[in-house]
Amino acid sequence: MKRSAAGEQTLVAVVLNGVRRSARAEPRMLLSDFIRQRLGATGTHVGCEHGVCGACTVRLDGVPVRACLTLALQADGRRIDTIEGLAGPGGMGALQLAFRRHHALQCGFCTPGILMSMSELIERGPRPTEDEVREVLAGHLCRCTGYTPIVRAVLAAAAAMRGDEESADA
Amino acid sequence: MKPAAFDHVRIDAPEEACALLAAEGDDARVLAGGQTLMAVLNMRLAAPRMLLDISRTPELDVLREERGTLYIGAAVTQARVGAYPGLERAVPLLAQALPHVAHLQIRNRGTVCGSIAHADPSAELPLCLTALEGEVLLRSVRGQRTLAAEAFFQGMLTTACAHDELIEAVRFPLAAAGAGYAFDELAVRRGDFALAAVACIVHADGIRFAAGGVGDRPRAIDWPRLEGSALDDALNAFAWSLDAHDDTQASAAYRRHLVRVLGRRAVIRAAEATT
Repeated sequence: MKRSAAGEQTLVAVVLNGVRRSARAEPRMLLSDFIRQRLGATGTHVGCEHGVCGACTVRLDGVPVRACLTLALQADGRRIDTIEGLAGPGGMGALQLAFRRHHALQCGFCTPGILMSMSELIERGPRPTEDEVREVLAGHLCRCTGYTPIVRAVLAAAAAMRGDEESADA
Repeated sequence: MKPAAFDHVRIDAPEEACALLAAEGDDARVLAGGQTLMAVLNMRLAAPRMLLDISRTPELDVLREERGTLYIGAAVTQARVGAYPGLERAVPLLAQALPHVAHLQIRNRGTVCGSIAHADPSAELPLCLTALEGEVLLRSVRGQRTLAAEAFFQGMLTTACAHDELIEAVRFPLAAAGAGYAFDELAVRRGDFALAAVACIVHADGIRFAAGGVGDRPRAIDWPRLEGSALDDALNAFAWSLDAHDDTQASAAYRRHLVRVLGRRAVIRAAEATT
């Protein structure tokens, strides 16, 4: 049993995008605020703060979760992947390029969360179906694009990652 | 919004949670997946002084088949149950219902027992537990007890769990030989709460039918094998018995309509799945 009193700052150690990081957090600090304010990774956005919009979605030990419904203390000792880790050394990753190419974002507020969910979907299986993409996308709200370009971008990104350039251009 | 301040206690064994629940009473709340509780705290609809975090309690993170049931510990996520090998054969109703429970990103942290504890009348898992006549295992410093689903759910967000009790696990009966199972619901958007949800088990001697999202808790009824107009009449009488109310999402009449329509489809599908 480990007790952290209200207001008490406890050291939280995580692996953020492959890099060991640690910072202090009080019990009530949400993982979303910890990532942004304590670790300085502001690519993860904070929208509704009650789990509905999906903007704050990050990968915790590999799987997409709502950072606003997770406490910073609950992430201690775990791996966190955020949008900052998605770009490769040469710039944007295949998923990000496909989003730009297919106009899958306008204001971009929801995009980091969607990309974290979709990166996991494509890792789980390189050939996601449109239904699978829509199923995962149901956990996110986008008020600009109307979803169709997002679905198209994810399918194209998966194709590009498989080296299936013809589908990627479709 | 952000939650009000609280003490956080990382629980290593169920006894620790029970001792703190006994000492702190209503001021302490159990935090498992947090997919409802954290939203409630963020909106400051509740402000407990202490959170008992069982999300990493090994003894509660147990998923196994035992005594003809699937035993699901309090820390087991909905995603883990959904990925249980052979779930379609072990507990077909759960396999059909889980994809409707919120969204993938929520199921990755949300627990089965947490949904049971919250007892939202529209939630799929309380409906499945009621339909299958499952059990809830409760534990406190006073001892352990097991309640049948229908005794556990007492009304809108209300259960028989006392303030000093921890839900340790739930047990879903494994599929009966030859029986057919069907689940269906209608929600405005995939992953939203159901306007109405139905669960059906058809076996050699009869039909067990349950509906959620209509009354203040999931309700079940047992019928002999019915079909045609006799089934329509039974569904209609059951729909009217649920005490449906109008709300911003749907009218009472529409919810009764859904029970009749989804219900009929589910009974037919479950009957087709019998062997």
